[in-house]
Amino acid sequence: MLSRCMIGATVSLAIGAMANGAFAQDTVKIGLIVSMTGQQASTGKQIKAAVDLYMKEHGDSVAGKKIQVILRDSASIPDNTKRLAQELIVNDRVNIIAGFEITPAALVVAPLATEAKVVELVMAAGTSIITERSPYIVRTSFTLPQSSVIIADWAAKNSIKKVVTIVSDYAPGADAEKSFVGQFTGTGGQVAEQIKVPLANPDFAPFLQRAADAKPDAIFIFVPSGQGGTFMKQYAERGLDKAGIKLIGPGDVTDDDLLPGMGDAAIGTVTAHMYSADHPSAKNKAYVAAFEKANNFRPNFMSVGGYDGMNLIYEALKKTGGKADGDSLIAAMKGMSWESPRGPISIDPETRDIIQNIYIRKVENKNGQLYNVEFQTFEAVKDFGKIKK
Amino acid sequence: MTPPPIAVRTATEWLSARARWHPLEIVFWFAAFAAIYLFPARHLILTEIAWLGLFALSLDLILGYAGIISLGHAAFFGFGAYTAALLAKHEIIEEPVLALLISGCAAMALGFVTSFLVLRGSDLTRLMVTLGVALVLRELANRYGWLTGGADGLQGVSIKPVLGVFRFDMFGHTGYTYSLTVLFILFLVARRLVNSPFGLSLLSVKSNPLRSSAIGISVDARLVAIYTVAAGYAGIAGALLAQTTAFASLEVFSFDRSADLLLVLIIGGAGYLYGGLIGAIIFKFMQDYLSALTPQYWPFWIGLALVVIVLVGRDRITSWTTPIRLMAARLNWRALARRSAERL
Repeated sequence: MLSRCMIGATVSLAIGAMANGAFAQDTVKIGLIVSMTGQQASTGKQIKAAVDLYMKEHGDSVAGKKIQVILRDSASIPDNTKRLAQELIVNDRVNIIAGFEITPAALVVAPLATEAKVVELVMAAGTSIITERSPYIVRTSFTLPQSSVIIADWAAKNSIKKVVTIVSDYAPGADAEKSFVGQFTGTGGQVAEQIKVPLANPDFAPFLQRAADAKPDAIFIFVPSGQGGTFMKQYAERGLDKAGIKLIGPGDVTDDDLLPGMGDAAIGTVTAHMYSADHPSAKNKAYVAAFEKANNFRPNFMSVGGYDGMNLIYEALKKTGGKADGDSLIAAMKGMSWESPRGPISIDPETRDIIQNIYIRKVENKNGQLYNVEFQTFEAVKDFGKIKK
Repeated sequence: MTPPPIAVRTATEWLSARARWHPLEIVFWFAAFAAIYLFPARHLILTEIAWLGLFALSLDLILGYAGIISLGHAAFFGFGAYTAALLAKHEIIEEPVLALLISGCAAMALGFVTSFLVLRGSDLTRLMVTLGVALVLRELANRYGWLTGGADGLQGVSIKPVLGVFRFDMFGHTGYTYSLTVLFILFLVARRLVNSPFGLSLLSVKSNPLRSSAIGISVDARLVAIYTVAAGYAGIAGALLAQTTAFASLEVFSFDRSADLLLVLIIGGAGYLYGGLIGAIIFKFMQDYLSALTPQYWPFWIGLALVVIVLVGRDRITSWTTPIRLMAARLNWRALARRSAERL
């Protein structure tokens, strides 16, 4: 029975392979796997909104192909992501799988992308190693070392001597901590304590107390998009904002999605990141206006990952003349550069990772609303995680 | 030799009728195996149904047959999943079937140790204790990230071919055939178990522990035994998940998983072995269909559907099939009566 099944499997595998080759017909399918429910639901919502906006602005056909997006909810559970990706590849014959708001989800799909030769477009997850896991992975979000190294440099130059780090206990947190501590101690700074907080349902209060007891000049904080609100609330409750302890970190904590509700405690937080809704370019102003009109909420850095991801797909299809197999697409994507709402960006031809400007921003009250106001730019920053090797 | 009294004979006949294969059961398994050929495109979700069904079957063994209510059954599921994933990752035992057995045994050992905790107290205490065990394991897995990969999940697991021949393919064909075969074998064992004198004594313990001990059934030993077996089943279900996805994450221990499992069993109906399997089929297809239809709001529809199912079906959906079951029972009775009459 088993062996007959295996023959069946081989035959259908062969058919599948043929069909995939011959499938370059009229539709290019994009499987979009994000969390629409569960802990990372805010990220899914942002990416979905950005993808919709892009398709509204640019139409649903490019290079003679119709673009079809198939949305699937991973409910923030990596096992789900794997099965959904598998079904999208096998049953729906998608040409590209995109989304992946958390690192485990992006990693677990990598072997599938390699086996099926399908482009895996990471629109959100920020751990450095992701793009190394498959030659078909390309990223339009950011990496944590990009912003963590930059903020460490900035802190060292701005008379911050002693820092306590607080990061979420998973791969991106470890990345952020490692790159910050390495850079900061390298420039003569002192890291008094390195604290890790559980990823799921965190209560920051005891950790903040520990941090405060060490009497640092600043706290370096990384929490994933969506948890910044809770952190800021507890930071203010402990009175740390009044105790003169500054808050620095990658921009995830002052996420534009939650920033309007954070209150005055957030004012003065200095972060390094690749996108702020306040970015002063014409392109971004138009983007924010269109986005807010369609959705009633502010776009955050996750949304530009989705928006630029769609742009990368459209431009790559134009370049390949509509050829949508994994190898042609990934070749077309390498080295591509364009202007995003966040500023000029490009895809590193060697690592398939994103190269972009990193901005130093400070939270300020602008016409009654909190914004990350950019005041310094580091141009064309590569992923430091890979440069060091 | 005098023939045994009629009461005894009727009882034995009732018991053997209970253990006899019903035509519907044969249809069920035939359909399950036929799905290997009929629905090759749905093997991935069918694989999930197979391990979820096994997992629910495991809960049914303790809840439906022994009356132990648990909100932490994911503890054994997760333990099995991590054992299987770690065995494969560190290339300790590469052959999946053997690794599956070892994962099951590991979960059984854990079940045996923790079974003494559920002997104490009432249902509410048991809920809390089982929940606690699952939480503790989840936190341990989170804490010892060097072993388990922590919140990132256990990456880089590669599963060798089953029996050294059948490679796990991307389409899930091997995965489904493998999971279904395991499910079927374990189902047979469970079926034998619940129809044995041991299984009957469990039912007696469930309905009245005091009286059971008065007629000479050692209640604690029975509960420890069935809890251990159920833990092994849950561990194997978890190991199937880990082997078919080549991955294990902290989610395997999550409270949601235990709670969903209870829902699955309630949908299907506790106290008969098919409850978990039918529940798994309904739950997964409903979830898959609804979440593809409306990725944002599917939990709402699931919730609504569950309320309706529970309201309409009281505490089990089986009452929907009452007319059929009554008819089957009547036929059985007639046959029994006829046979008894013949012997008289």
